[in-house]
Amino acid sequence: MEAQLQQLKEEALQKIEASQNVKELNDVRVAYLGKKGPITDLLKGMGKLPAEERPKMGALVNVVREEVTEVLEARMTLLQEQAIQAQLEKESLDVTLPGRPVKTGNHHPLTRVVEEIEDLFISMGYEIAEGPEVEKDYYNFEALNLPKGHPARDMQDSFYISEDILLRTHTSPVQARTMEAKEGKPIKIICPGKVYRRDNDDATHSHQFTQIEGLVIGENIRMSDLKGTLSVFAKKMFGEDREIRLRPSFFPFTEPSVEMDISCFKCGGSGCNVCKKTGWIEILGAGMVHPNVLEMAGYDSKKLSGFAFGMGPERIAMLKYGVEDIRHFYTNDVRFLSQFHRTEV
Amino acid sequence: MLVSTKWLAEYVNTQGLDPKDLGEKITRSGIEVDAVIDRTQGMTNVVVGYVKECVKHPEADKLNICQVDVGEETTQIICGAPNVAEGQKVIVARPGAVLPGGIKIKKAKLRGEESNGMICSLQELGIEGRLVPKAYAEGIYVLPETAVPGESALPLLGLDDTILELGLTPNRSDALSMLGVAYEVGAILSEDMKYPEATYTESDEKASDYLSLRVDAIEENPMYVAKVVKNVQIKESPLWLQHRLMAAGVRPHNNVVDITNYVLMEYGQPLHAFDYDRLETKELVIRLANEGEKIVTLDDQERTLKSNNLVITNGKEPVAIAGVMGGANSEVHDGTTTVAIESAYFAGGSVRQTSKDQNLRSDASARFEKGVDPNRVILAAERAASLLAELAGGEVLAGSVVVDELDKTPVEVVVSPDFINNRLGMKISLEDMTSILTRLKFDHQAANGYLYINAPTRRQDIKIPEDIVEEIARMYGYDEIPMTLPVEESKPGGLTSYQAKRRQVRAYLEGAGLYQAITYSLTSKEMSQKFALETAPVTELLMPMSEERSTLRQSLIPHLLDAVSYNTARQADTVALYEVGSVFLGETESGLPHEQEHLAAVIAGKWVDHSWQGEKKAVDFFVLKGIIEGLMELLGHSKELTFERAVVEGLHPGRTASIKLAGEGIGLIGQLHPSEQKVRDLKDTYVVELNLAKVLNKEVEALYYAPVSKFPSITRDIALVVDSEKAAGELQAIIQLSGGRLLKAVHLFDLYEGEKMEPGKKSVAFSLTYFDPERTLTDEEVVNAHNKVLKALAEQAGAELRG
Ligand SMILES: [Zn+2]
Repeated sequence: MEAQLQQLKEEALQKIEASQNVKELNDVRVAYLGKKGPITDLLKGMGKLPAEERPKMGALVNVVREEVTEVLEARMTLLQEQAIQAQLEKESLDVTLPGRPVKTGNHHPLTRVVEEIEDLFISMGYEIAEGPEVEKDYYNFEALNLPKGHPARDMQDSFYISEDILLRTHTSPVQARTMEAKEGKPIKIICPGKVYRRDNDDATHSHQFTQIEGLVIGENIRMSDLKGTLSVFAKKMFGEDREIRLRPSFFPFTEPSVEMDISCFKCGGSGCNVCKKTGWIEILGAGMVHPNVLEMAGYDSKKLSGFAFGMGPERIAMLKYGVEDIRHFYTNDVRFLSQFHRTEV
Repeated sequence: MLVSTKWLAEYVNTQGLDPKDLGEKITRSGIEVDAVIDRTQGMTNVVVGYVKECVKHPEADKLNICQVDVGEETTQIICGAPNVAEGQKVIVARPGAVLPGGIKIKKAKLRGEESNGMICSLQELGIEGRLVPKAYAEGIYVLPETAVPGESALPLLGLDDTILELGLTPNRSDALSMLGVAYEVGAILSEDMKYPEATYTESDEKASDYLSLRVDAIEENPMYVAKVVKNVQIKESPLWLQHRLMAAGVRPHNNVVDITNYVLMEYGQPLHAFDYDRLETKELVIRLANEGEKIVTLDDQERTLKSNNLVITNGKEPVAIAGVMGGANSEVHDGTTTVAIESAYFAGGSVRQTSKDQNLRSDASARFEKGVDPNRVILAAERAASLLAELAGGEVLAGSVVVDELDKTPVEVVVSPDFINNRLGMKISLEDMTSILTRLKFDHQAANGYLYINAPTRRQDIKIPEDIVEEIARMYGYDEIPMTLPVEESKPGGLTSYQAKRRQVRAYLEGAGLYQAITYSLTSKEMSQKFALETAPVTELLMPMSEERSTLRQSLIPHLLDAVSYNTARQADTVALYEVGSVFLGETESGLPHEQEHLAAVIAGKWVDHSWQGEKKAVDFFVLKGIIEGLMELLGHSKELTFERAVVEGLHPGRTASIKLAGEGIGLIGQLHPSEQKVRDLKDTYVVELNLAKVLNKEVEALYYAPVSKFPSITRDIALVVDSEKAAGELQAIIQLSGGRLLKAVHLFDLYEGEKMEPGKKSVAFSLTYFDPERTLTDEEVVNAHNKVLKALAEQAGAELRG
């Protein structure tokens, strides 16, 4: 019986060694250590032994059983590890394969510029005012100190709908309407929107384009306030080290009128192709609101004063992003639009 | 305005400033200098030559062999110009010379004959062809006999000069003259002015003996001066005058015409010279034209006049369109001996109207339109008379014939130094202010805290205190203005709720994969109402530039479809665009069209393209519908949103729906009609348009949280067999209505139509979720509720459970 036990042990250890996977090893466990296995049988068969041999034999069987179990468990751990390893290897990915694309669109570059400007002025306490694109001649011209027959109307050849109605040539009628509605109270607004002029479309002209204007009216608003405001705008929009300069100009609705240049953001002022070698780039027109404009809207020009400024988002986008042809903004070529996807801060 | 810096220096000392620096100073203080043009254009070695001999080339008919004295030697030059001749003084580019455009002159052989240089036309020296006197337009230029061979030709031709090109704003018409510019430069540089001379001896005869004058339209023509000059000799003007005119962009003709143009450039006062004898009647009558009256103008065009066009007549018929252009019938010609010189003040509005009616603009009309200086009308006439005496040998008759009812009093502007400083945010001293006014030659006085200023009549833009603020500021320097921010009651800025929502709509659509497009509001009349959500009259332009852009759009879809075509034609796999913009529904009581903000989107091509993992999907109706459903969820309107089959022209009749919120139409969605797709060369394309204004203005319930329940929900799936035509939305509505309070969600998860179904039937499967936030549901409760749903489906939709 002892010899039988020894043989069983040898056999079991051999089979354990030969098992190549968890299942085979489990089969070995069941075969040798299970309730119906030979070792159990041996224990059951001990009843036939003389009583004095039983304890010794019992102990011997247990030792063998423990030995086999131990070896089996060790093998089991190894095989399990190998199995996991094999699985991991099987599941390995080519991580350089492309991911599932998340397709998103983006703002039109003009909206991008307009919203950036809006947000900047909102942070300075401005509200956004909007108005109709088809306007009365009164709001588009007359209320802005451009009576019928004024020479400056030449500058703005317009699309008329009837004698008194036209597609607005600038966003200034929104200012006129806001002033009329505010009935003499202070104003601080930004007016973005589409405008129209009777131009043939080419690389630098578009019969439809965008404008964004600002208007501040209050007690003792000074030209220095305009200059300070424009400087904040230039720095936020084009970089902290931007300098501005004002040049005299003319707009019928402001007096004095100026044009604002910023120091070139590309070359810093030394001269390049962006600034046409001058070191300065013209960005916007501005001025102190003309007293006629104030009076026409019911403001007392002796008590209140204001400033206004206006610029073209197309021009700003063209300068900022190096766009060479204004028609790109209205062609809606996906290859163009999709380039304005990423953030810039 | 083109300003010759050499000519300018006759009226004001420019201190030897480099023209570039001068230009910069002018720009910074008020008038933009658009360009500084060096007239030499890098030319060298261009000298005067004397053609001693000129014979035909034996080998070439059109070539001449010239022996030319160029000072240091006589050299042979081959010249192909038809007008070259022996005895001429000409312009010679010597070998080694550089001409504009970098052209280098070398010795050459032409048909076997040596040529040592080139005899030049003015065009070859960089002068625009339209400015070259007609006599020399087709050949070389001939210099006066006094020119000295071998001397540089550039100073003789005034080409050793720099031109400042001024970009004038409409208010600065005072700078449309050399004198006007001189005033400005004088003020900038603190230099005094030198005025042109106008001295001549008057004849014993009086102008009034020769000519009578009547003005019948005093409002349009408040001042008219005519001088008569006898015995003029028509010839070429002296070279200095010709090259000054060319520098100013005016073509020389003959001395009389050139003098009128010269004075126009000098004073900004347009003049006109009539051939006195050709006037025939010895009288001038200025009146409004008769409707339909005709005149042939100097450009040989017959023009039909309107009744508000002002004309100069000889008492019988028009001889000039006032302030715009003279008539051919009284034009000065080679045989003219007596001229009548007109210097007048024509009202700007009248000239603008006439110029517009006749579609004719001239240097004269441009100046009258903006208003000439009333005080220069007589000065200019006298200056012209003196030049006619000097350069045309004319005899100036005594006096002038004059009608003058023009108010020439200067505008008085009263302004306090405090006002100026308050407006600017500065502290400029009174002394500095008065010194600036002195430099500007503004007549002024400081008294009891105010400045009393008489604005000079040449500066018609100076009318109100703010104008003085600008004059002081620009001369003091805008760089000196400090930078401050408005001091006021501080109020938060921000977007309106509409504007904020609109931004969220944009962000959502972009997140969903659409690019923002911006298209034109103007379209063709044919396209203007296509896909419109509501019927309204169109809004058309009075004078469109083309039929393509003649009418305001009533839908955003047509232009978006154009963008799809454009991109598809350029191999775009996917086109997904949206636009937020106004449509224009005519007409309302105010006369303005009603502008309604719409949102539209188009999709075409691939929607999902991740093929290596087997995911690929073309756009379809439900892609676009899903985007709109998501949008309405974002805006809090999912519960009110429904889609109903609809028929819209241009869309696929089986794949189109109207979109409604709480039963009210807000838009349409559908596939472009296959025949439309074919016309546009497009594959399946889906479109949607919403009345965005209506959606964003719709009230939304306040956002309020519902507690998240601890109790489980129970889900029951049902597969129904119904008639093929039965809409899923109808089944869903029946389920929702009949499910009672415990039914929390219904979700369609399968649709089957095909072989395994009886013909005319389809299977639709829903998943129903029952749930009570207060407790765990019992089986019985769920069965009860569920049975009610099944019963309703059977009764109302004939739906059977699929076995
Ligand atoms: Zn630069």
